[in-house]
Formats: sequence, C-alpha cells, structure tokens
Amino acid sequence: MAIKVRIPTPLRKLTNNEELVEVDASSVGEAINELQSRYPGIQERLVDESGEIRRFVNVYVNEEDIRFLQNKETALKDNDEISIIPAIAGG
Amino acid sequence: MKALKCRECGREYPLTASHVCEYDFGPLEVAYDYDLIKKSFNRKLIESRPQSMWRYRELLPVAKEPTVGLQVGHTPLVKADRLAKRLGIRELWIKNDTVNYPTLSFKDRVVSVALSRSKELGYDTVACASTGNLANSVAANAASAGLRAFVFIPADLEQGKIVNSLVYGPEVIGIKGHYDEVNRLCAEIAGKYGWAFVNVNMRPYYAEGSKSMGFEIAEQMGWELPQHTVVPMASGSLLTKIHKSYQEFTKLGIVDDSDYKIHGAQASGCSPITVAHKAGLDFFKPVKPDTIAKSLAIGTPADGFYALKVMKETKGHGDDVTDEEIREGIRLLAEYEGIFAETAGGVTVGVAKKLIANGRIPKDDSAVLCITGNGLKTLDAVAGHVGSTKEIRPSLREFEALLSAEEKATA
Repeated sequence: MAIKVRIPTPLRKLTNNEELVEVDASSVGEAINELQSRYPGIQERLVDESGEIRRFVNVYVNEEDIRFLQNKETALKDNDEISIIPAIAGG
Repeated sequence: MKALKCRECGREYPLTASHVCEYDFGPLEVAYDYDLIKKSFNRKLIESRPQSMWRYRELLPVAKEPTVGLQVGHTPLVKADRLAKRLGIRELWIKNDTVNYPTLSFKDRVVSVALSRSKELGYDTVACASTGNLANSVAANAASAGLRAFVFIPADLEQGKIVNSLVYGPEVIGIKGHYDEVNRLCAEIAGKYGWAFVNVNMRPYYAEGSKSMGFEIAEQMGWELPQHTVVPMASGSLLTKIHKSYQEFTKLGIVDDSDYKIHGAQASGCSPITVAHKAGLDFFKPVKPDTIAKSLAIGTPADGFYALKVMKETKGHGDDVTDEEIREGIRLLAEYEGIFAETAGGVTVGVAKKLIANGRIPKDDSAVLCITGNGLKTLDAVAGHVGSTKEIRPSLREFEALLSAEEKATA
C-alpha cells in the first residue's frame, strides 16, 4: 500500500527536511519499520525499548488517534495518511 | 533561566521557541539557576513589589522586564466559611481567578508570560489552540500589545467564549471537531508557520505562568503551604505547575517544608487522568470527551503522566463528577460565597465535596480550591438550571400576593 507520512518538525533533520514521505506498508508498525530502513535512527525516536510507541508521541491515521484503533497493528490501505504529532498542552 | 530541559531524558536545549525533545518527544521545561536566585529572592523583596503575578518574576521565564500583562494576577484568596460549613470541613479557601485581569480566567497568567517571551524572541504574530479561555486571553493581551493573533477553537464552543474572543479583533478559526483535533491541527500549523504558538512552540514558557497561582496561594496563606489543594485538570498542566511552585518556594526557603496534598478534579465525561489514578495506573487511556465542562474537555492530556505522578507523590487523590454535580458545584459556590464560576469551577467544588464527604480530605484539615474561570462565560451550561424570574405587573398587590404564596410554600 502506498501510505503518506507527515513528518513533524523535530524529526525533519532525519528526513533531509522532507515533510511528507511515502512508504509502502500494510500496518502502522510496518510503516515505522519502513521509515527506519529509509531514515536510520528515526525508529528509536518514536518507539521505546520495549517496542511500544513512546508516551509523548501521538500517531494518527487519517486524523484518528491509533489508540482508538489497533495501535501499531492498525491496518492501512492505499492512500492512507499517517501524522506523527508530539502531545501538546491544554488551553 | 538557564536552558530548556527535556522532562524525560534531561537533554538541554537553547532558550528558543521549541517545546519537544528531538530524541524522545518529551516536553521541554524551563530550567533555572536556583542558587543564583536564592541569593536575592526573598519574602521582603516580593512584598516590596506591586501586587501582580510579576512580583515572583525571578521564577518566571522572561529574560528582561515583562512587557505584556503587567497587571495580571494577585487575585483574592477568599476565606469561604459558609461553604466550609456546608461541605463539612474546618477551613476552606477559594483562590478566585474568576476575577483575574483582563479576561477573567487563570489563562491570563500563562498568556502574559508567553507573550512577553514571544516579544523577547522577536515574534509579531501569536496563536493558540484553545477551549475558550486561552483564546480570550490571547486575543485581549495580543490586542493591547499590538501583536497579530490567530486563535483556533472547537466550532461548537459556548457563545460567550466566542464573542469574548472576536471582540478583540483576532482571526478566530472554528474547527469542526473537538479540542484534541484542534490541537493536532495546530501542532501541524505551528510546524509550518513562523508564529509564536503559545501552547505549542512557546509551551515551556507559557506553562510556567501557572506557577504564579501557587506562589500567590502560599503568600496569601501567610507564607505557608495549604494542607490540601484541589485543582481542575484538563491537560494536567496547572496541577503539575502548582506542585512545582510549592517545591520551588520550599527549596528557596520562602516557606517552611511541610506536608501538602494536591488533588486533581475532572468531569466524568472526560476523566482520563482520574480514571487512571483510581485504577492505580501511572498511564492513562485517551478518551473522546462528552461533558458540559468544555474548558476541561481534553481527551489526550499532555501532562497526564506528570499529573498522576504528582497526585501519587503528594498522597493526593483524583476524582470526577457528573454534569449534574458540576451544576450543583457552581450553585454551591454562588449561593454560599457569592462567586460565579464557570463549569471548571463546578468540577472543582463538586470533587472537593466528594473528597471531604469520603474522608480523603479530613474534616479537621484546611483546603484551598483553585477556581479558574468566570461563570459569565459559560451561561449556556447553567441557564435553565438555576430557577427562573417571577414576573408580575408593577403592582404592590401582586408583589404581596407573590410573597405570601412563597412564604406559604416554604413554611
């Protein structure tokens, strides 16, 4: 599946300032692996030692938080869009 | 200010408009040189200064004199004897930010810091993602500072909060979605435009402004920390910053070391933090909010982990109340103390009532309730629940008939 991933500002140093990258993946977990093979080092920024997504990283598939879906197992289909966004304060 | 420091891994960053650690996405926080501050900062110096939040400026993150919101803060700490009796506790205090200047909520504290710092860093456009109170405050303070402002709010906010933003002339963008969605969009916008987003890239500075509420409580209690502080939680930031303010005053010797408990209050329709606390967890599960307390309706609370830690470490408790209990809380505060709070205030009073009733706050102790916003902004939430006017013709006979009917009814 061709998936678009929006890269947040703090990670763009790793993606040569690319803001939108395309990966081939059928789940969120696969998409992260795919990013890692293309931009080494990006995985450890997103995932902790136990393989879980870090607690201050919010991942959305088509605007829905993956914690309301199946987390890393969330299935992806062609043209889905993943956003990676740091948690932010109240207002 | 020394640096920005990641709360997760401790890596340090320069004092720019930046809020996230590049390595683990942990939030950045302002670090201070306490040894230096301790040399000159004391009760006498504080007392010699004007009565505003800026009398604690050594512990607020600006490099030079503040330039925005000089009159903010120093709201009344009201001894609430009638409400204390009603709730069954020896001593109760209301920290009354319903009358904060200029926009009647505690958000004026964080905004005066965020905009003062934004100007120091050279920004001419400011922005925020808001559930309403922050939008009001950014709009007003930006107007008086001559800054351009963009405020992003959920489109279905209370009318009072929308008008209260529009009147100051900023760009008001209503997002068709709840606050967490507004937040996500703003995180993306903030990455793209060179603006000072007060609760995104300016967050480390912004959040520190909340400490002033805790400093004031300590000073107004006679340089003592209260035994119990009950704080409403949306992202959980205010609660963690009140804790930090008590720690800083203790560390600097401004108050004596004492035991204090910090309790968190949420609405049952959006209670990811209190549900986790009650289950004994140190992490929360995000929720989709459904509550009249819109100013607390954050389903993915950014400081939720730290709020849970503070409640646990200070042996405080967390609890939540239904919409009905929120309205009752608003009425109790109004009918017993003459203070009209917004829905978040109803949450705080409602949770305090619960914690006193079940002994989590012992009846012989003393407690402070943080009341953070004004009821005039959320009239929709209580209209129809506070009785109605009794209409008569301009006739003494009709008035007397009404009065005697009422007396009969209450007899």
